[in-house]
Amino acid sequence: MSAPVIDPVRPAAPDTPAGRTTPAQRTTPARFDTALGWNDRPGLAWALRILLCLIALVVFAAPFLTIFSGAFTTNPSGSSLSFLPHDSTLLNFRVAGERGIWDYLGNSLVIAGGGLLLQLVVCTLAAYALARHRFRGQALIMMLFMMTLMLPEEVIAIPLSLVLGDVPVVHLDLKGTVWGVILPLGAWGFSVMMLTEFMRDIPAEIEEAARLDGVGELRMLWQIILPLCKPALGVAGVLGFIMIWDQYLLPLIASKDPTDYTVTVALSILRTDPEVGSGVVLAGAVIALIPSLIVYLLLQRSLVTGIAAGATKG
Amino acid sequence: MTATVPAPAARKGTGRRAFDKKAVVPWLFLAPGLLLALVFKFWPMAKGIWLSFLDVRPFLGDKWIGLENYSRVLTDHRFQDAIGHTLILGIGQSVGAILLGFALALLLEGQARSLKFLRTAVFLPAVTATAVVGELWRLMYYPTSDGLLNSGLHFFGLGTVQFLDNPDIALYSTMVMGIWIWAPYNMVIFLAGLAGVDRSLYEAAAMDGVSLWQRLRYVTLPAIRPALMIVLTLATIRGLRVFTEVYVLTGGGPAGSTDVWMTRAYTLGFTRNDIGGASAASVVLLCVTLLLTVLVNNLRKRGEAR
Repeated sequence: MSAPVIDPVRPAAPDTPAGRTTPAQRTTPARFDTALGWNDRPGLAWALRILLCLIALVVFAAPFLTIFSGAFTTNPSGSSLSFLPHDSTLLNFRVAGERGIWDYLGNSLVIAGGGLLLQLVVCTLAAYALARHRFRGQALIMMLFMMTLMLPEEVIAIPLSLVLGDVPVVHLDLKGTVWGVILPLGAWGFSVMMLTEFMRDIPAEIEEAARLDGVGELRMLWQIILPLCKPALGVAGVLGFIMIWDQYLLPLIASKDPTDYTVTVALSILRTDPEVGSGVVLAGAVIALIPSLIVYLLLQRSLVTGIAAGATKG
Repeated sequence: MTATVPAPAARKGTGRRAFDKKAVVPWLFLAPGLLLALVFKFWPMAKGIWLSFLDVRPFLGDKWIGLENYSRVLTDHRFQDAIGHTLILGIGQSVGAILLGFALALLLEGQARSLKFLRTAVFLPAVTATAVVGELWRLMYYPTSDGLLNSGLHFFGLGTVQFLDNPDIALYSTMVMGIWIWAPYNMVIFLAGLAGVDRSLYEAAAMDGVSLWQRLRYVTLPAIRPALMIVLTLATIRGLRVFTEVYVLTGGGPAGSTDVWMTRAYTLGFTRNDIGGASAASVVLLCVTLLLTVLVNNLRKRGEAR
């Protein structure tokens, strides 16, 4: 089930096992399974571990319950905030809806869907060329894609906002359109490198056999290579989605007025609106949280594989 | 690229026919990616470097002023404060998230189903959009005595803390949120590293009767060194360009006490419309980021060679 080792950061160490120990390896007692030698038998260490796990759970996961409970509480102030709602109401969501939260969510979904599609197509095409062809300047191109990772939106924000207002050569104004957010997300160095690494490992014999049958380049990619890359595409897809959903500065500088905001950026509008309380802000936060939550819970295996392989969030 | 894998010698032979059809194919596949990277990454970078030497005046035309933007930004006391804040935040956040991430990985390592569930839950902060996390922490930091964290402090008999409104504390409040976001992320990388440790080494260590600490120090730590270096590289880079965390939680306030390099540059460029100065600040950050990346990579290579 698990994806093979995809490791763009440490290509020198291909012998690192992908994830968990395989059943075949598990001939040693359980206490040699973990670095700290945790034991399954009840005892002092066992109780300590359970206590620490509970603390970790409260610290890292329980705060999310407060978002949900606050969002469903009529007028949460500090005092009524808790892990469980006092009274359940959809009022906050209705008020947030009047403030246009569903439009912002629509912007976000269009950008996430379009951006992810573009990103996957563009990165797959580039990876195919880099992995299955040899040409002059290959190393240079690889380096260029790696450099895009070092040029995050933060560092080029000011000139990028000028470029979005007046794209060179074609002189288009992308500000205020979803393209202003989607297009800059297209070439993501991480996806290109990860897919390239993965495609390189596909045996040449498969490709040669297809070539003898007269398969052209596009069909080769679509029908031969891509079906073999499903695990890597899953990783690229889920990480790409999380990365796009997390974008903050880019939608901010690509907008002309607040109606262009994505749902995550629009939270600041709700917060600074004096007429709505924190319950409405939390309702907005819930709406902004749910899509990434769904993607995470459905595809967490791919996500964890990708991050373990040296991914970057943004 | 036909049925036979071309040997280096054969490649040299075809080099003369550089424009034959086969040579064009890879470039067609690369074209969309290169075009997008060029227009939305490299062109803005070049433009930013160019603008950093100009006095950008709308309608009047830009004027070349050499390094004046740089000297203005680097001598500005708010930028100098921002360097300090960026370093404190970046280093504190990275070290905290690495230590806590390692502790979490040690705690949650294992095959049990309950542990898998725990790992899924603990990892939530890392996949949540930073803007949502910001709202969440504003709530936890609620400044009255009945706020979530403050009521916790009351329980232990401590007074109310103005987490985000006290200029002496706000930066550390931001740091705690950063650690909370990145510790689970580091945990996953460390878990992958721990999974790669040879189990027979643990067994051998037990036979030699070494202590738990020695086992961690001499068996586990060397084995996860590659994972540690990755985490360190990522933390360094993102520590310097921290923006969203600060922007959504405090906006740089109160009284500039949490202003970091990028929020400062953002204010300069978008609020005060000083494009030249903001570009100079971005170029400085870019250079430092590149320098650090190269440095960390060199350290990594040296570590691997050993």
